[in-house]
Formats: sequence, C-alpha cells, structure tokens
Amino acid sequence: MTLIPFRFFPERPNFQIVGRRRFAYLFSGSAMIAALALTFLIGLNLGIDFRGGSLIETRFKSPPSISDLRNTVDNLGLGEVTIQEFGNPTDILIRIQRQPGAVEDQTKAIKTVTDALGQEVEIRRTEFIGPTVGQELKEAGAIAVLLSLIGIVAYIWFRFEWQFAVAGIAALVHDVIITIGLFAVTGWEFNLATIAALLTIAGYSINDTVVVFDRVRENLRRFKQEPLPALLNRSVNDTLSRTVMTSLTTIIALFALAIFGGEVIRDFTYALIWGVVIGTYSSIFVASCFLLFFRDVRYMQPSVNKADISAANTE
Amino acid sequence: MLYVEKWKALLIGLICVLGLVYTSPNLWKDNGVDVSSNIPAWLPHKTLSLGLDLQGGAHLLAEVEIEAGIKQRAAAFEDTVRSALRGSGIRRSSPERLGTAVRFRTLDPADAGRAADLIQEADRTAEVTVGENGSITVGFKAEDAAELRTKILSQVIEIIRIRIDELGTKEPIIQRQGDNRVVIQVPGYDDSAKLKNIIGTTAQLNFRLVDANADPSSFIPRPGFDLLPAKDARSGQLPKYVVKTSPTVAGDLLVDSQPSFQDNRPVVSFRFNGEGARRFLDLTGKHIGQPLAIVLDNQVISAPTIQSAIGANGIITGQFSVAETQDLALLLRSGALPAPIQFLQESTVGPSLGRDSVEAGKLASVIAFVAVAAFMVFSYGLFGIFAALALVFNAGLILGILSALQATLTLPGIAGIVLTIGMAVDANVLIFERVREELASGQSVVSAIDGGYRRALSSIIDSQVTTLIAAVILFAMGSGPIRGFSVTLTIGIVTSLFTAIWVTRLMVVTWLRAGTRRKTLPI
Repeated sequence: MTLIPFRFFPERPNFQIVGRRRFAYLFSGSAMIAALALTFLIGLNLGIDFRGGSLIETRFKSPPSISDLRNTVDNLGLGEVTIQEFGNPTDILIRIQRQPGAVEDQTKAIKTVTDALGQEVEIRRTEFIGPTVGQELKEAGAIAVLLSLIGIVAYIWFRFEWQFAVAGIAALVHDVIITIGLFAVTGWEFNLATIAALLTIAGYSINDTVVVFDRVRENLRRFKQEPLPALLNRSVNDTLSRTVMTSLTTIIALFALAIFGGEVIRDFTYALIWGVVIGTYSSIFVASCFLLFFRDVRYMQPSVNKADISAANTE
Repeated sequence: MLYVEKWKALLIGLICVLGLVYTSPNLWKDNGVDVSSNIPAWLPHKTLSLGLDLQGGAHLLAEVEIEAGIKQRAAAFEDTVRSALRGSGIRRSSPERLGTAVRFRTLDPADAGRAADLIQEADRTAEVTVGENGSITVGFKAEDAAELRTKILSQVIEIIRIRIDELGTKEPIIQRQGDNRVVIQVPGYDDSAKLKNIIGTTAQLNFRLVDANADPSSFIPRPGFDLLPAKDARSGQLPKYVVKTSPTVAGDLLVDSQPSFQDNRPVVSFRFNGEGARRFLDLTGKHIGQPLAIVLDNQVISAPTIQSAIGANGIITGQFSVAETQDLALLLRSGALPAPIQFLQESTVGPSLGRDSVEAGKLASVIAFVAVAAFMVFSYGLFGIFAALALVFNAGLILGILSALQATLTLPGIAGIVLTIGMAVDANVLIFERVREELASGQSVVSAIDGGYRRALSSIIDSQVTTLIAAVILFAMGSGPIRGFSVTLTIGIVTSLFTAIWVTRLMVVTWLRAGTRRKTLPI
C-alpha cells in the first residue's frame, strides 16, 4: 500500500509576511476601528439571555404564512415580537420582548402566544428569562471573558517574556473586537452561546499564536545574528503549514457541525468558524509583527525552554 | 532513542481499551437493547447522561420571597398580643404590622412593662421590646430570624418535591441555589404552564364567613372585613366578596384531600385533623344558612351556603374541571408554601426537538470525524492513518469518561466534542510537520521522528494549556447547556493530548520496529 501524502505548502515556504506588515496593520487597524464604531452605532442584537424575554420554537404541519402569524401575534398586545423561519419552512421561532410589569406578566406571555397558535401547532421549545437573571448572566459573561483573557496572558507571561504576552494579548483583543463587530454588522443574536464562542475563539487564537511564538523563541537561540524582521518572518513561515493545517481540520469539523448539527447551535458554530479564521489570520499576520515593536526582544536572554528539557529527560 | 517501554505500551493500550469499554453501554442502548440484562455484571453499565436540551424536559429557576414568608408568620404576633392581653385590663391601640414585627401602644405607658411580660410569657420565642410612650414591638429574635429563613427555604423545597413527585415524573432534580433560589429540573416533562401552576401556587386555603349584607361594589375598607376577588369570575359568580377577617379555619389543619364528584360535578373532598374538625364544626354549626367563602391565596373559589354543621369531612365546590380538582387536591395535600415564589427563568424542550438534536449531533460528529480523518490521511499518508486511529481512541475516551462520570451531555457539549475532533489532530499536525522539517534538514528516519515528537512537545503543551484556561473559566462561570460545552472541551483537550502524543507514538514505534531498516518515511 502506498499512500502519497499531499503537501499544501512548499517544503520550505518563504512568504514575505513580516516585510509587508503595513498591509496587515492597515487592514487590522481599520477593521478594529470599524468594529468598535459599528458596535457602538448599531449596537448588538442581545439575545433574551441578556435582555430578558421569551422565546418559542414551534413546528407547523405545513409551512405557515409568516405575515399571517405576525398579525395573529401582534394582536395579542405583547409589544415587540419577532417571527422568523428556523431551519426549515415549517419551523418558526417567535421571540417576545421583555414584558412590562410583574414577573407574572412575563411568564404569561408564552402561554398567551401558544394559546393563540392553537392545538395544531407543536411547541418544540420555550424559554423565558427574567430581567434579574438576564442582568446576572450579562455580568457573568463579561467577567468570564475578562478572566480568561487575564488567565491566558498570565500563562504566556509565565512561559515567555512579557513582550510575547503583550503581543499575544494584542492579537487576542484584535480577534475578540472584530468578532463582536461582526455580530453588530450581521445582527446575529449575541447570547450566552456567543460568550462561549468568544472564549473558545480566544483560546484557539492564542493556541495558534503560541505555536508561532514558540518557534520565534527557538529561532532566537539558533540564529543569533539574523535581523529581527527576517527572523520573525522565518518563524512564521516555519509554522505556516501547521497553522493552516490545524485551522483546516478544525474548520472541516465545524462545517460538519454547521451543516448537520441542527438549527439550535448553528449561530454558535458560525461564530466558532469565524473565530478560527480570524484567529489564524491574527497568528500569522498580527501577533508576530507586533513583536517588532519590542526591538529588545532580539537582545533579551532567551529563557530556557523547560518543556524541551523535560522531554529530553524522558527519552 | 525511539523506544517505548513495555509497561508504558501496556498502560497506553489499557487506557484506550478502558475508554472503549466504558463507551460500549451506549452502543447497546442505541440498538434498543435493554442494557442492564444483556451486559455481564462486571462490565460498566452507565450510559451518557443527557441534558434537558437533548432528552426534553423543563427547567425552572424560582426565587423564594422569604421576606414575605417571614411577614406572613409575623402576622401571628397580632393574635399573640390579643390573646395575651385579653382580660388583663390593659387598654391598648390595635396592633399594626411593621415589616417582620408587630407594634402597638398601651394607652397608659405605665402598663407597658406588665404587657410586655404577659406577651413574653405567651410566646417565649418572641422578642418583645418596650419603647417610649408605652410602645411595644413584638418580633423575631435575631438568631431565630436567620434560622427561620433557612427553615422557610427548606420547607419550600420539601413541598415542591412532594408536589412534583405526585406528578409521577422520573428523577426530578430540586436544588437550592444561593440564599433564596431553587432550581427545578423535570426531565421528560414539557408542560411548563402546568408545572409552574403546581409548583408556584402558594395554596393557602381558609374558610371565612361572607358578610351577606355588605355590597361588594360599594365596599369601604373597615377593620374586621376584607374585600376579596373571585378566583375566576365566570358566569353566575360574583366578581368580589366581602368576607369577615375572623373567625377562620385554615387549610393547614387538613390531613387529606382528594378529587371527587358530587352530583356528577367535579369537587375536591378534604378531611380535617382533630383540632380542625372541632373548629370547623364550631364555625359551621353557629352559622347555618350563611354563605361560607372558600378562600385560596386570597381569592374566593366559591361561597356555598352552610347547610348543616360539618365536622372532619367536607367538600369544596366550584367551577372546576376534573383536571383542576386533581391539581387543587394535590396542592392541598402537599400543604401551603410558607413563602410565595416567583419564576426567574424557565425553559422547556419538547421530546421531538431533543430527539432531533441528538440525531443531528450524532450525524454531525460522525461526519466531522470521517472528514477530519480523511483529511489527515490525505495530508500525511500512513501517519495520517495513525492520527485517525488515535482519533477513534480519543472519541472512545471522551464518551467513556462522560459515561463513567455521568457528566451531563448537552447540545453545546456535542459541539465541544466536534470542536475537539477538529483540534485533537493539532498535536499530530505539529509533530508531523516537525518530522517533515527534520527530514528535510537531512536527518535519518529514526532521529527525525524522535526529534519531531520531542521538539513539538513544548508547543503542544503551551497551546493546549491556553485553550484549557478558557474552557475551565467557562465551566466556572457558565450555566446550563453552555457548561456542557466546557465539560466536553476540557475532557477533550486532556484526552487528545494523550492520544495524539502517546498513542500515535506507540503506533509509529511499533511500525518502525515491524519493518526492517526503514529508509524513507511516508509522511
């Protein structure tokens, strides 16, 4: 049996990436500014997890007319109600905004709508989140994102020099901001699952970046005379095929999930796919270029790589 | 040198097999075979424990208004004051409620001390404070108040448990959360409206006399009388009633309650304990011919006319359906909640959506698995096959650990597994790329493999630890289905490190030793 492995990259790739970093700066800089501006101008489409409100997923025997449905539901006097197809034409998702008044009124909204829809309709899922819980979830989500950013930075600081930690966190913040901007532009619902996706994106993106940094550190020891830009470029190229290969396998798996995994987690999967793309981009184009801001990386004492030693000892 | 000691090889093999063994019960279950009877006793039996989003069911988060419960209990101090001072000749203002205490004034401040003593004697647990100008406050002792809170909360939980158990559902989870919250999970039950009705109704029942002379429409509040709404003002029922504040007989004296019929109409029958029977007989015997209001949570269910004196056994009539009498009987049997509760959050998933999600998740996982494995073989040839095999053991370990620990698998949890499948091969990609590099720099086959595994290790660990940090924080902060994502992601990261490094290494070494003098690597 002979299997001929397919190579996606030349054996020794030598793309001029660090040399053309101005393009990356320009692109990333404007994307971040745009993302921030759009997030503040348009705002995020906060899900009921954070805003409070109700949600009903229904299945009709035959595709209903959305405008008829809208009329029916609008007449119930529940305020802003959004109705959308969910996955296929017979499935409808109804979102009801937070009701004014006591908690009693909130929980009655679901029953009001399901009663109005009649017996023929299958209620597949209902959800209600009160304003108190919404607020708590919002805070917990923000704390979770902050804590993981801090945790990741602390780890990189511990394993590398502080310059790497700064460059790593810059790439990370870049990914998170642009992802949030994407949610603002597309109007995708920003909910608890999105927070989970953001954390995963953060973890994934820094994972890629760390591999590049690991190589930078190694090359700093091996090529003591090489100018920093060339050395960084060499490191990025050395790890390029790995970075892209891993992203490809992850994206393959995520696409399977997006296509076959059902409607409920589709948005979550899209966010993850986007995160892999932006994380890969930032690891290649942003993180290592950012190290150039610290010219003294070149002259610092390369720290001893503990994992290398322990690995050598086990042999 | 490239060598894996025998005991290490055995250990690696053993762990992989254990993963598959612990996963196996799930396979029998899928084919509709009864797990417990067909598997030998020494093999594991535990199957994956599915979250509510996958098996269907209701999840409720309720807040117990403990403060209101304490206030309710404080109302008893009014009676204490009245009965303690009855016949003492002390003239006083009528007691007023003040938060969780009751306050009144003796008209002659000199009586205050004696009044306080009398009250203290009547109720040793009360905190009686004498203020200026004969004002006396009766409340709970500080240490009792804290205890009362815990007691109210645990009583609420106990009553909720009784009520849910009566619904006949399997394995409901009722848990205290924080100081005043209760989480209720009922698998396989998706009628949240009924569930909330059963759990959330305080069910405080009492019987009070109706003032037939008063006109509810022009009622002016006056002491000793209350204006109460009818529970549901259907045809033929008055929308409001004027009822006397006392005497009353309360529902906490009931010992049993059952749905029943009278004249072919659904009613609820009840039975009082000894004291209840005595008081009810007293109340009904003295007021034959007068309407008696049956009041549930300050709403009048009905107000039938008392035909004769009634003792232990009675019935509640009203505009009931059969289902309503069943629910009301259940509520009365379980007793009233000592404090009202409010629902902060609820979610229900119907069985069909849960099934669809499981099917979709399975399909997506299998396709992701096959696609990633194919891609690895395509890119790395024989070594890709090693990586794909490692992926099988990885999946076995994840599912085996989930089954053995009975960790809840949710839909986002399935997403976590799929994501892990994609990322698990990362370690192999790192190693294989490194091996290629070493080969390109002119190393021999053996030292290229050796160097590849050794040098990739630091990158692998650094990169996985960062993802692990995010996953662990997500676990700590997250709740519900999202927490399931962090569970599978965390397990997946750890198992994939093991399979991608040690399992593939064992396979590569075995392959190297099986062939004589391999000169080239199919990578």
